[in-house]
Amino acid sequence: MIRLDELLLGSCARLVHVGGEGAFRRRLLELGFLPGTPLRLVRRMDVGGVLEVELRGVRLSLRRSEARELAVEDL
Amino acid sequence: MKAASATRRIALAGNPNTGKSTLFNRLTGGRARVANYPGLTVEKESGTFRLSKSGLVELVDVPGTYSLSARSAEERIAMLAIAGLDSEPRPDAVLLIVDATSLERNLYLALQIVELGVPTVIAVNMVDMLAERNLTIDAQELARRLGIPVVPISAKSTDSLAPLLEALDDVLETPGIGVSGAEWMPKAGPLSEDLEAVGQSLPATWCEGPAVRRSALAAWALASIDDQDEFTDIPLDLRRAVRDRRGLARAAGRDLDLDLTRMRYGWIDQNAAHFVRRRAGGAVTSTDRIDRVLLHPLVGFGVFLLVMGIVFQSLFSWSNPAIGWIESVFASVRDYLAGVLPPSLVTEFLLDGVIEGVGSVLVFLPQILLLFFFLALMEDSGYLARVAVLMDRVMRSIGLHGKAFVPMMSGFACAVPAILATRTMERRRDRLLTMLVIPLMTCSARLPVYTLIIAALFPPDRLFGLLPMQGLLMVCLYVFSTCMALVVAGVLGKTLVRGPRIPLLMELPPYRMPHWLSVARKMLTRSRMFVTEAGGIILVCTIVMWFGLTFPRAAQVETTADTGTSSAAALEGSYAGRLGRAIEPVLEPLGFDWKIGIGLVGAFAAREVFVSTMGVVYGLGEDQDEQSMGLQGHIRAEMRADGKPVYTPLVGISLMAFFALACQCMSTLAIVRRESNSWKWPAFLFAYTLVLAWGTSFFIYQGGRMLGLG
Repeated sequence: MIRLDELLLGSCARLVHVGGEGAFRRRLLELGFLPGTPLRLVRRMDVGGVLEVELRGVRLSLRRSEARELAVEDL
Repeated sequence: MKAASATRRIALAGNPNTGKSTLFNRLTGGRARVANYPGLTVEKESGTFRLSKSGLVELVDVPGTYSLSARSAEERIAMLAIAGLDSEPRPDAVLLIVDATSLERNLYLALQIVELGVPTVIAVNMVDMLAERNLTIDAQELARRLGIPVVPISAKSTDSLAPLLEALDDVLETPGIGVSGAEWMPKAGPLSEDLEAVGQSLPATWCEGPAVRRSALAAWALASIDDQDEFTDIPLDLRRAVRDRRGLARAAGRDLDLDLTRMRYGWIDQNAAHFVRRRAGGAVTSTDRIDRVLLHPLVGFGVFLLVMGIVFQSLFSWSNPAIGWIESVFASVRDYLAGVLPPSLVTEFLLDGVIEGVGSVLVFLPQILLLFFFLALMEDSGYLARVAVLMDRVMRSIGLHGKAFVPMMSGFACAVPAILATRTMERRRDRLLTMLVIPLMTCSARLPVYTLIIAALFPPDRLFGLLPMQGLLMVCLYVFSTCMALVVAGVLGKTLVRGPRIPLLMELPPYRMPHWLSVARKMLTRSRMFVTEAGGIILVCTIVMWFGLTFPRAAQVETTADTGTSSAAALEGSYAGRLGRAIEPVLEPLGFDWKIGIGLVGAFAAREVFVSTMGVVYGLGEDQDEQSMGLQGHIRAEMRADGKPVYTPLVGISLMAFFALACQCMSTLAIVRRESNSWKWPAFLFAYTLVLAWGTSFFIYQGGRMLGLG
């Protein structure tokens, strides 16, 4: 089990744990970030500290600090 | 069933970026009536169209949202409008538009709406994009499993919307169609008990309708109400019930937020395989190829700078011909009426108060239209989301979202359209914070003032024989104002307009060709809103300024010919003139005399008015502009009683710093009043910028004198 921000570029993983506080976590859940959901790390923008992930057919941007709240297992 | 004569209402709902606006235009023919949801600056657009059986129906555009159980004020509007709570009448039907390429995520909102028991039709949009994504969707199977009508449509093609209209007719005319049992709601177990318990505390009027509605509203309450929500009108009973149940769940080690979302996504994940087919092999889409360039750390940033350069340049100079044209039209109307009407006070009021006032409202239109043209293109194509990502690092450091960047940059041209542009941001707190710092950006109205002072007081020398001193000063002013805006945003964001941490978490929608009708509609809606609502306040302010600069009039001025000296005397005797004199003690420590005070009072109408007001004060007449050698020379020659010059370079810098920071612009204050829906925030904006400007000028002037300058 690793943190989402440690995932290798382009690799697929399955969400294990969704952390974070109140409103942010709720928004994550509602956008479909549920434990068990597969996702893929599409892009890593190191200059801006932003990650782009694909999940349920949707592309979403996350800050690296936000991605730390998510635990995944490599597939 | 309602009487046939009453117009039925259909609420149009959907996730952001699903083509909702385009569908609205296609159904209503683009004719929208714009109003505001009560208490909030969220636009409420509605239009009408005709159905063969139900006749004329009203379509209400609901703000795009991912979920109903949200806590931002804007997203709560969507809940009110769809469920028909409080101030909003309950819709007779909901038309939900979903994006075929991200059906699973879109269905989350669909399930929430179905739960509420309002008859619903789902329009599956973007079906023409499925092939590129290696996807197929079985709309009939989706309809069967959800128990409500599902109609595929395509945003691009001009196919008739006949099947969709038919489905809406069925739902409106036949009770029972479009309503389903919401089988995903738990029938037993702890979550079911939670919903039962909270349901007891719901107001009875909310729950009229199918039995499932009570559970649905209870689920909404559990997910939406907590200590940090921004709601003001939740019944105390309900609030207490939610707190109790959440407490119980936590004590039992249950994760209520997860349970509530899993209840719906669980159904979606179980059923999706039956109506969504994914063929293997993720194809590289055109969006991938474009993002490889536009989100590239170097190239992407270069493209971004280029786009911003074009927007900036257009606001600065392309709008000039149109602005000049509006000004000249108003000038010729004024001249014509001045020749026709008998000279009297009423005529003067009409010419210098009313016509001037209307002109000062309309003169903003070219910049507003241009800015919203570019914003609509960026928003509808999907590029705005990428800009937010690219600029997130800078904006994050001052507690703002990446989306705040474009409005703040537009502030370099003019604060009024820039403040309107904050509407692209979702959260009220972020909008407010951005609005409060935009007036610090160096807008184009400050340029004439800077040009005049720099040209009059600083020699056109070159620093180290290389850098032009005057240009360098101008650059310093831009850098100074930008830094101040960033610092103030950082401070205000941690104190007065505090808010929870803003996640970037944002959808990056596939790139799409913007639809011209949707772009035009955004431009027109914003402009009309500005003219009708902020325009009134600006007009009144212009008339008040005219009054202050004209009254009371000295008797001898009426009789003498209108020479420069007499108008200077008239200005001195006016209320504005007296105010300028009265505030002299406050201005003295900044190095300003009472004549500059009058100029500052006049500049409140608009900053560039400072130049012409100083022309009048120095007896040179009204026609002075920043290039006039007469005015520049007079500024250099102006002496104090003790024979020392009024304007030293130090006074010049102090004055420019004052102009850089003070929000001396009634149009800006009017638009902040309009957008924040209260007088509190424009009052605060005016006060804090004034204190900041005074303090900074004081520091510069007194500090400079201590160092032996000036």
